[in-house]
Amino acid sequence: MTEITEVPSPFCGIGTDDLSIRVDGTTLKVTANGCSVNKPAFEQAIADTSPRIAGQAASLEAAASKAAELLRDTNQPVIGGCATDVNGMRALLALADKSGAVVDNLNFSNARRNLLALQDSGWMNTTLAELKNRCDLLLVVGTDLEAFAPRFFEKYLWNEESMFLDSTANREIIYLGKAPSGNASTSPTGQKARVLPCADADLPNVTAVLSALVKGHIVHAQNVAGIAIADLQAIADKLKAAHYGVVLWGAAALAFEQAELTVQTLCSIVKDLNQLGTRCSGFPLGGKEGDQTANQVCGWTTGYPARVNFARGYPEYDPYLYDTQALLNNGEADALVWVQTFNSSALPPKTDLPTIVIGRSGMKFENEPDVFIPVGTPGIDHAGHAYRLDNVVAIRLKKLRDSGLPSTAEVLTAIEQAL
Amino acid sequence: MLIKLTGGTVYDPASGIDGQQQDIYVQDGRIIDAPKDGRPVDQEYDLLGKVVMSGAIDMHTHIGGGKGNIARTLLPEDHRQDPVHRTPITRSGNGHAMPSTYVAGYRYAEMGYTACFEPAVLPINARQAHMEMGDTPIVDKGGYVMLGSDDFLLRMMTANKDQKAINDYVAWTLNAAKGIGIKVVNAGGISAFKFNQRKLDLDEQNSHYAVTPRQILQTLARAVQELGITHPLHVHGCNLGVPGNLETTLNTIEGIDGLPMHLTHIQFHSYGKEGDFKFSSGAAQIAEAINSNPNITADVGQILFGQTVTASGDNMRQHANHRFASPNKWVCMDIECDAGCGVVPFKYKDQNFVNALQWAIGLEIFLLVEDPWRIFLTTDHPNGAPFTSYPHLIRLLMDRSFRNDMLATIHPEAQKMTTLASIEREYTLNEIAIMTRAGAARIIGLKDRGALSAGNFADITVYTENADRQTMFTKPDYVFKDGELIVKDGEVVKVTWGTTHIVKPDYDLSIEKDLKPYFDKYLTMKLGNFKISDDEISEDGRGSLTAHPLRGAA
Repeated sequence: MTEITEVPSPFCGIGTDDLSIRVDGTTLKVTANGCSVNKPAFEQAIADTSPRIAGQAASLEAAASKAAELLRDTNQPVIGGCATDVNGMRALLALADKSGAVVDNLNFSNARRNLLALQDSGWMNTTLAELKNRCDLLLVVGTDLEAFAPRFFEKYLWNEESMFLDSTANREIIYLGKAPSGNASTSPTGQKARVLPCADADLPNVTAVLSALVKGHIVHAQNVAGIAIADLQAIADKLKAAHYGVVLWGAAALAFEQAELTVQTLCSIVKDLNQLGTRCSGFPLGGKEGDQTANQVCGWTTGYPARVNFARGYPEYDPYLYDTQALLNNGEADALVWVQTFNSSALPPKTDLPTIVIGRSGMKFENEPDVFIPVGTPGIDHAGHAYRLDNVVAIRLKKLRDSGLPSTAEVLTAIEQAL
Repeated sequence: MLIKLTGGTVYDPASGIDGQQQDIYVQDGRIIDAPKDGRPVDQEYDLLGKVVMSGAIDMHTHIGGGKGNIARTLLPEDHRQDPVHRTPITRSGNGHAMPSTYVAGYRYAEMGYTACFEPAVLPINARQAHMEMGDTPIVDKGGYVMLGSDDFLLRMMTANKDQKAINDYVAWTLNAAKGIGIKVVNAGGISAFKFNQRKLDLDEQNSHYAVTPRQILQTLARAVQELGITHPLHVHGCNLGVPGNLETTLNTIEGIDGLPMHLTHIQFHSYGKEGDFKFSSGAAQIAEAINSNPNITADVGQILFGQTVTASGDNMRQHANHRFASPNKWVCMDIECDAGCGVVPFKYKDQNFVNALQWAIGLEIFLLVEDPWRIFLTTDHPNGAPFTSYPHLIRLLMDRSFRNDMLATIHPEAQKMTTLASIEREYTLNEIAIMTRAGAARIIGLKDRGALSAGNFADITVYTENADRQTMFTKPDYVFKDGELIVKDGEVVKVTWGTTHIVKPDYDLSIEKDLKPYFDKYLTMKLGNFKISDDEISEDGRGSLTAHPLRGAA
């Protein structure tokens, strides 16, 4: 039995790396700094260790060879999920390039709201350590932050000391839209977050008014979506008076039509504040199940984030057309490879097409795939790299145990070589 | 396998060879003397009439690190203009302003380049830089680690820590981030922007730390010198792009007190404010300052006309320049109390007065700096232009009539403001070989590269002599990397993986006594998780590390 400290997590997105984990054979127990996201993800027991072909146990070599056979004569295979580490993504992209596949990250339709805003007009963003040490005003828009990352406030807002603030307890937290689900946003001295609630679908109007107020435009209405204009004016004034305001949103939470325009409005508010002489930064959430990792590796390998098609022999990017579910629904795909090494309950979409699953041990299928290869989890069964939510910092994942499970990269490389 | 390259005209300035016909022998990846034991040659290349140089080295090119990936993600429309097909031996990708990593490696190799150095490796982002460079095939690589706006250094300076302690921190960071040199970008300015300072001149104090850029430059230049790092402090100066920044640059040269200093993309720091447009060329004064200060080296950061994207750690200046973004979209980031970045697309136009004069200023500097060992051929890829424009730039330097033909097409007022037409100098093949090979290897501290003498690695480029130097340098006949033929007739024929060049200066381990609690208290990563291990570079079987000796070491 050993105790491993300073363990980084690929699960929470915020790059927590202070976990202590007791390793007893292949059993893991989080003994310090666990949370409701990380603890179950680390402690999940290994189930399957052997690949299966049509439900029958098979060697890795046979399973890889069968997978290659299924992909060999396809016209438009789809590699979905893309939940893996950097080396897993490298191997996935090599296989996609060779087989002319679509590559689609499972969180892309959420991340697309950010990517469309970025690719249309850009943004000014910040990273966790800046937020931890500088942020004196946090505006959370349409997102339940503590549900996303239970330790966010404890680690990055209510840290005992910061470089540039007299007291972190004086930080002001304002929620616009969704109310927080718990009390993590209440300061250590008992100061509760200010909440200006509205329905998700009203956020486009509310943020548009806030944007107008930041620019100094006159708004004649008295309220918008139940929020008094005077209250929004107060937020605009606070943003202008802050030393380093941060506007935070989770694209996944903005689940309404054309939410990318709301993201763009938030980004323009940040840019306008900087233009008007105040420092302010945006902070989009993300980074779960390898989504930032997928976009980063796909970014440097192809020039595009992870929704690309290699069918024509070179990568083409279309944030709508190359959606796994759409391709399956429209009958445009002829095979599915599902890669998900973090979450055994994230199963492939239902399809009658030949299906190959490279998944975390323990996946339970309603319909057994043609090939299932259980793989090790990065940061548990093998070392690796994963990007955290702020998209700049790659964390070095540790190997905690000897499970004998292969890595995603090993499996995908074996399939590629058998192709 | 014994390879013989027969009868080529060799330009090997490191060995003092300027266009002599001679044979070169290669065995086991290295150049060897002519064997005297009569061994049979396994492969022979007839190079009669061909020009032979060592593989070219780009000493300042943004090929790895987060800002490049932001630039890629920002510009899908640019990639759609330049799709690159998969072949049986090469991966697909995209090119132009910020190519995908595979394409960058292939295109550098196809131009005869065998090593490229990323000049802005943020310590906290060094993993990404190495991973991107790890996916850049064929060429060797390395990075300069960026300091100067990192909170830890600035607080050490505020606390008047002695130079020895600072040297330990610099050496520790260089080891942790796996670099070959130290870079400073707008010294203290990236930090100052986070405190809402919008400009920072050489002797202006950072509002929080009360240190000036001049003090930071002196401190880091001393650290580099005292640690024995061969590459001089690599400096992106203050006031990039600001009319009148010529004075700042001259003060920076003077203020370094004779310590070795490399001024990068000096074109962007050589502006006067004369004339109707309050923008003029400071090239003559800058070149004169370089000529008379042997401790100073520079690369140019030539701009060339067309679409590109600027990607820099200098988010203070990038934010100020965002209004020139074309297309109109841009990104600025504050990063981890360590650094920042700004990504702003640019379209340089020959009919825009400022752009046209920038073009002329870069060329003036190239032509007025006398010593080709102290000036380097760069476009600050992709900031001034994509690296694929190097053959065009070489022709501008080597062919005066071509240069003057181009000059005649730019904005007429810019033509009047430049002395370019009167400069008669044409670079020779030997001078090109110095600035792109021998000089680059020397200034980076690469042992066994950039020269064709026995014992060196066999990185060799063979061109067909052609009066049109752009054609000649666009498509080498052969490129050998570590003795293997990797390019034939301008196309990749074999894909290999270069090494990562680093230095490992010693330091007092007790620096971690200060760093560990600092990481725990203020940063978002544990000290142990911050340090990049050797196996992160080599574990996938492609990468390797090559550590170079320090100055004065055996």
